[in-house]
Amino acid sequence: MSHDEPHKTTDDKLVYMANQIATFFKSQPEAERPKGVADHINKFWEQRMRRAFFAMIDKGDPRFDPLVVQAAPLIKRPAKIAKA
Amino acid sequence: MSLVPEIDYGTPASLSEKMVTLTIDGREITVPEGTSIMRASMEAGIQVPKLCATDMVDAFGSCRLCLVEIEGRNGTPASCTTPVAAGLKVHTQTSRLKDIRKGVMELYISDHPLDCLTCAANGDCELQDMAGAVGLRDVRYGYEGDNHVKARDNGETNTRWMPKDESNPYFTYDPSKCIVCSRCVRACEEVQGTFALTIEGRGFDSRVSPGMHENFLSSECVSCGACVQACPTATLTEKSVIEIGQPEHSVVTTCAYCGVGCSFKAEMRGEELVRMVPWKDGKANRGHSCVKGRFAYGYSTHRQRILNPMIREKVSDPWREVTWEEAYAHVASEFRRIQYQYGRDAVGGITSSRCTNEETYLVQKLVRAGFGNNNVDTCARVCHSPTGYGLGQTFGTSAGTQDFDSVEHSDVVVIIGANPTDGHPVFGSRLKKRLRQGAKLIVIDPRRTDIVRSPHIEAAYHLPLKPGTNVAVMTALAHVIVTEGLFDEAFIRERCDWSEFEDWAAFVADENHSPEAVEKYTGVKPEDLRSAARLFAAGGNGAIYYGLGVTEHSQGSTTVIAIANLAMATGNIGRPGVGVNPLRGQNNVQGSCDMGSFPHELPGYRHVSDDATRDTFEKMWGVKLSDEPGLRIPNMLDAAVDGTFKGLYVQGEDILQSDPDTKHVAAGLAAMECVVVQDLFLNETANYAHVFLPGSTFLEKDGTFTNAERRINRVRKVMTPRNGYGDWEVTQKLAQAMGLDWNYSHPSEIMDEIAATTPSFALVSYDYLDKMGSVQWPCNEKTPLGSPIMHIDGFVRGKGKFIRTEYVATDEKTGPRFPLLLTTGRILSQYNVGAQTRRTENVVWHEEDRLEIHPHDAENRGIHDGDWIRLASRSGDTTLRALITDRVAPGVVYTTFHHPTTQANVITTDFSDWATNCPEYKVTAVQVSPSNGPSEWQMEYDEQARQSRRITAKLEAAE
Repeated sequence: MSHDEPHKTTDDKLVYMANQIATFFKSQPEAERPKGVADHINKFWEQRMRRAFFAMIDKGDPRFDPLVVQAAPLIKRPAKIAKA
Repeated sequence: MSLVPEIDYGTPASLSEKMVTLTIDGREITVPEGTSIMRASMEAGIQVPKLCATDMVDAFGSCRLCLVEIEGRNGTPASCTTPVAAGLKVHTQTSRLKDIRKGVMELYISDHPLDCLTCAANGDCELQDMAGAVGLRDVRYGYEGDNHVKARDNGETNTRWMPKDESNPYFTYDPSKCIVCSRCVRACEEVQGTFALTIEGRGFDSRVSPGMHENFLSSECVSCGACVQACPTATLTEKSVIEIGQPEHSVVTTCAYCGVGCSFKAEMRGEELVRMVPWKDGKANRGHSCVKGRFAYGYSTHRQRILNPMIREKVSDPWREVTWEEAYAHVASEFRRIQYQYGRDAVGGITSSRCTNEETYLVQKLVRAGFGNNNVDTCARVCHSPTGYGLGQTFGTSAGTQDFDSVEHSDVVVIIGANPTDGHPVFGSRLKKRLRQGAKLIVIDPRRTDIVRSPHIEAAYHLPLKPGTNVAVMTALAHVIVTEGLFDEAFIRERCDWSEFEDWAAFVADENHSPEAVEKYTGVKPEDLRSAARLFAAGGNGAIYYGLGVTEHSQGSTTVIAIANLAMATGNIGRPGVGVNPLRGQNNVQGSCDMGSFPHELPGYRHVSDDATRDTFEKMWGVKLSDEPGLRIPNMLDAAVDGTFKGLYVQGEDILQSDPDTKHVAAGLAAMECVVVQDLFLNETANYAHVFLPGSTFLEKDGTFTNAERRINRVRKVMTPRNGYGDWEVTQKLAQAMGLDWNYSHPSEIMDEIAATTPSFALVSYDYLDKMGSVQWPCNEKTPLGSPIMHIDGFVRGKGKFIRTEYVATDEKTGPRFPLLLTTGRILSQYNVGAQTRRTENVVWHEEDRLEIHPHDAENRGIHDGDWIRLASRSGDTTLRALITDRVAPGVVYTTFHHPTTQANVITTDFSDWATNCPEYKVTAVQVSPSNGPSEWQMEYDEQARQSRRITAKLEAAE
């Protein structure tokens, strides 16, 4: 039941999603792997998702798949928060 | 205005290319070989009298009215069953023929009531027309003898007389008016493929019977209405015609239910809709329909429709009716306030797959140009977004590759995770027709769906896989094809990247991907899987059709890639009869994707980071556009819970009911400060809305829908919007209130803007659509007639790309606490969240969602058929009633999601496709146990919904 499993935070979900993406690319030819993960995140992740992602990566969050860590330098860092 | 004319040629067209010339009544006519004399006559403009013939079914030759004389041949052959031959000289009107016809008509009328003046078919009765055509002036036989017409006047029982069957909510069956022409029986067989009707008895005892002398409602009848359309008399008549009378004008438009996109004639009397009749020239449906499209339009005038805009401060307040101006001003000021307070990216919009292309385009334009971000998404997120990704990667475009006509050329059809006879019924009927002609069928589905075995249809192979193992099964099929050398090397060398193929072939050939190796988790018998692979690879034209059973998984995108790999490996791309065919759920889900509803793509599937594309729109719209992808629906909800996303404009979509993990969706919506819902009804999402803008139905506005075959069909306004405005007008007013200078006076101007900015729509305009009927994009200088088949001479991306597909088990796993796997689907009579169909008579077929459970699992738990059960997963629990059936395998349970009280999505989890976040609806680990009634959550939810739907009257100013 829901009561005995605390709801996942957005950070938990981002780690999970990044690792899911890495899992797909892990089965692809080796040379394409880090770029595959980075391109995917660049293409589909909104800035605040990438901001939260880098906050975790930069702290060395151990939950990330090594392939995600390897891809991180290829992922676009988000710009400053936009004001209306 | 008048009725759209349709000519009944009497028998179907011949597809022969060889032409034959003959003479009919002195007129020379050339027609394809195999054409009937009846049809050839009609093409020459000569209408031979007929009753049992109509061009929706094959010739039958029973009424003996269409007789002709042919010089040099004996007798008077029936023109419907006699094919043309070169040099024939045919006479359709001679004194001998006149006498025979008059005699035949006299006999017909001798057993038919003469209440023509008060008959519902008055004005649309072929029997009356034929009596007139043959000059019948007298009936010499009375009604005292044997007849089916009426109870005896002298008080005796007439056992031949049967009362009207009014059990079907939409049409009546009056046996007294039946002439036993068998058109209804044949329409049920040949067009619909259900075989629900038959002729019982012989000779004078013959009569039409649903099933075994049952009434229509309790028979196998699926209420598609083909029989009603085929009936030449008032025997089968729409109740709406009985009530209103005959229509006086009609307008061709497009159905707003599923992605088949059937063309209909909306037959009208003034602004009242009399009936919907499928249009013979509709290229998706070819004159056929299902129960939803033909009959289930009553929601448009349902009393629960909201017709005035409403506002409230808090979602716990009752609604307050306001003027449109107040509503627009409120939304504009709230969204501006939120953006000022929380940042430009704190608001977004959701476009609707139920609305038109033009309306969808405007919503994404409002988000991108007005809100200044890319936070726009659509319900395709939760259905076919993996198709976009998977086919985009492999073929270069997310589009399905075929038109629906293509199935007529298929030899082997694979259906994966789709239930076309329920979800896409008109395509299902077209597919069944082809299967009855001998095409082979392979069904890959955890459930034994109707198409696996139904009258005159039997799948060659049904692979009942465990939910969540699609990738393993597809890769194993590829394993067999590669290791047994069944791939099409010439095709691959010419069209695909050969080194990528080699890499992929080596990958799938690995013993780990063999049918024997994957059986332990897929549960599919290896020998069946091997035979199915051989059949698909070597059986001729192979076509793959798939639905949400493919996409709504953690590996949805990977399965789509696997499907594309399989089609490329077997050379099944680029010609009629083959291809990869995603069956789209909603009427305009294809269109909403085309129109730039995704947060990373501008119209025409061009990424927001592409400078040239942004430049096109920046020039057209006069604003700077963001080059950063926006939030997808689940990300919006996460951001809302985190407090960084505060305002949402939702047009025609019910995310609270349709999206997974209801509690999380509710929490996200509850955390927002301004939720604007635009819909026909106070849907579930509106429980959390602050502003409600009334929507309009497809009958009330002009526009276009794009169906699953990329066909752009016109939607035409047949009545004034009851809420006052088309949805495009509402979005435009909202944009104007936010300071945008929009001045569209008609949806055609929006389409012109789409055509000017989106290359695949370059030639599309309302004038062009009126001329062509419909076109399939791409429709531009290169393909001015549209593109029924894609990738004919090569793939859109250049070379087709093979991509490895490693099976990864979902993290949603069964265990001791949740030992069963729940999968979800839909049923014929209901549509999606049911907002429309639940407000029609369709509820007689499906008044509640039931949980299908195997007898073995039911017995273990002490559950009987019809018992209330509690269905629990890691996300939540709900209650519904059980339906015990062996359609599902042991260990698998199944339910539909059409009713909000069921709350099936309280059960579904937040797992989603790795590439697109499309939720994993199709796999949830659950437990089932006996229950006494609704769960605590259901009761709380009901109470909250009831409270949130209160409306106070508009405050009138004091005198």
